[in-house]
Amino acid sequence: MNWINNVVRPKIRSFLATKREVPDNLWVKCPETGQMVFYKDLEANQFVIPGSNYHMRMGAQQRLAALFDDGVYERVSVAGVAQDPLKFRDGRRYIDRLKDAKTATELEDAVLVAEGKLDGLEVVAAAQDFRFMAGSLGMAAGEAVVTGMLRAVERKAPFILFAASGGARMQEGIMSLMQMPRTTIGVQKLRDAKLPYIVVLTDPTTGGVTASYAMLGDVHIAEPGALICFAGPRVIQQTIREQLPEGFQRSEYLLAHGMIDMVVHRHKLRETLSRVASMLMNGESLPKGDLMRPAKRMNGGKPHANGHAVDGQLIESAARSAEQGVLDAEPVSEHERFDTARLERDKSVRDIETVTAKPASKDAPRN
Amino acid sequence: MEQRNITVRTYLDFEKPIAELEGKVAELRSIGDGDGMQISEEVRKLEQKAKTALVDTYSKLTPWQKTQVARHPERPHCLDYVRELIEDFTPMAGDRYFGEDEAIMGGIGRFRGRPVMVIGHEKGSDTESRIRHNFGMAKPEGYRKAVRLMELANKFGLPVISLVDTAGAYPGIGAEERGQAEAIARSTDCCLGLGVPLIAVVIGEGGSGGAVGIASANRILMLEHAIYTVASPEAAASILWRDSAKAIDAATNMKITAQDLEDLGVIDVIIREPVGGAHRDRAAVIAACGDAIAKSLSEFANKTPEQIKQQRHERFLALGRSL
Repeated sequence: MNWINNVVRPKIRSFLATKREVPDNLWVKCPETGQMVFYKDLEANQFVIPGSNYHMRMGAQQRLAALFDDGVYERVSVAGVAQDPLKFRDGRRYIDRLKDAKTATELEDAVLVAEGKLDGLEVVAAAQDFRFMAGSLGMAAGEAVVTGMLRAVERKAPFILFAASGGARMQEGIMSLMQMPRTTIGVQKLRDAKLPYIVVLTDPTTGGVTASYAMLGDVHIAEPGALICFAGPRVIQQTIREQLPEGFQRSEYLLAHGMIDMVVHRHKLRETLSRVASMLMNGESLPKGDLMRPAKRMNGGKPHANGHAVDGQLIESAARSAEQGVLDAEPVSEHERFDTARLERDKSVRDIETVTAKPASKDAPRN
Repeated sequence: MEQRNITVRTYLDFEKPIAELEGKVAELRSIGDGDGMQISEEVRKLEQKAKTALVDTYSKLTPWQKTQVARHPERPHCLDYVRELIEDFTPMAGDRYFGEDEAIMGGIGRFRGRPVMVIGHEKGSDTESRIRHNFGMAKPEGYRKAVRLMELANKFGLPVISLVDTAGAYPGIGAEERGQAEAIARSTDCCLGLGVPLIAVVIGEGGSGGAVGIASANRILMLEHAIYTVASPEAAASILWRDSAKAIDAATNMKITAQDLEDLGVIDVIIREPVGGAHRDRAAVIAACGDAIAKSLSEFANKTPEQIKQQRHERFLALGRSL
């Protein structure tokens, strides 16, 4: 594009420059099918690959813009924290890495907090950005999450969190770990104030983030195919040295295992969040609704599951929808589970019940 | 030589000079039984030398050496503390959902006359018990049991003593399948909501979320040579450098020792260990631990449940704000 810059007049050039991030690569490859998609088309489609429905990762700014009415939101400022508490270096100085991440993402740290309206309802939201040092949880990110939660308490608004994180920020050591209890206190404040806390788990949500605020929501929504776990697949594979079951630790797997309420396509996400938040905000504890008024059937009276309308027989369990491929959890056959696999090797053990109580420990010393 | 060392004690690699000196002392003792002044004089000298070397080594342990001390197989574990400090200990089992996880043990008993709830990671002390306790690496059942026991304590007004000693929560298929992350998050949540005092003591390794789950306490005490980390040095090295052999670098860089953590305000009290580490004088370290726990508990004697919870919240929210 260099020759354009040289030819085009300054005014037009500044117009070009204000456009958010012109990507180096105008074409994006679908990680699943290898299909090539024009970046503009991808952006217009909320970073969902049109053909395969693969959900690409999304920046915090784009997330929030997609959530709030007309894409309008106001950033909530977060108090500054110590930048490099441990004076850490791993090849490079941590402080330099931070600087690079800030420039690349135009963010202060991995979590962006904002407030605004969602279908007219005032909400506070935070989005975690994987581009910022893998969305890792450090002091600044922890402070942002806590600030967002307290802001919601102050505004008596629901809090929506988009989680995306590789886990703890190693470069902040123990101070990173301490964000687990700190953010949990924020969750407790929301709970005490009886305000809805809705977590959207996006790809990937792992480690200390999953093991604290991301798993403590009132409602857990996941995007299709997102990796959601405590210990990552690589770590587990190294520990137990066994093939992991297909679809392991993906959204659909978590849905089938009772860890999340629904898996929602990104195009349905905003509408689902709006519906859930507004219903939770209009319960008995905040009497507003008129019981005598006939129900307004926004969806033609059909029940919803996983952001889609479903018919009555499927309402029983959101996890069991036949029509939506996205909702089907990857099947895990019995022999792929680690207890039984071990049983077969250890012929001397007959009683399945006793073994399942203390599985896998033999593998631990190899760790 | 090797054999004698093992029967005496397990020496860590940086303790080699001490091991040699102590080995020589033992050798001289066995051959020179009552054989005049010369040998006993020599023995005394050597003993003195060994002791000086021990004091010297342990006064300036590097973070990596502390990691090794914290993992020493003969270091007293959770049940050793319970045996010495808790009378009428009555263990309790099960999470009431799925199973019993012996990596986290717990129960009620009397601590200096007062009924308390004790929970803690147990690593085991021989091959059989290590397997039974899964090397102190808990699964969701363990954390859910901890929640159950903490809620029980809260209901009946028993203070909770939590002994932390784990390399981390267990990374396995079953653990993930049953919601390891959620179990840890709920356990942390439970810790922070208690109306009774919760005193945590890091007695060995405080490993990551697996430790936080039962260590989000009013007071966090830590043994002098214990470590408390966001990830084990090996795991951190494999994340940062994709090479777990760089564990020493990670340990050095990450600020994992009790002394560093006190400076950062993460822990409240350091409990001194005997010269040469807790494993060289178990009785002494356990007694010191008991005193420190008693002192911490006494600080909450006249507090209401609301004040106790408030203190915990403020403690954690303030963390790092003055760095």
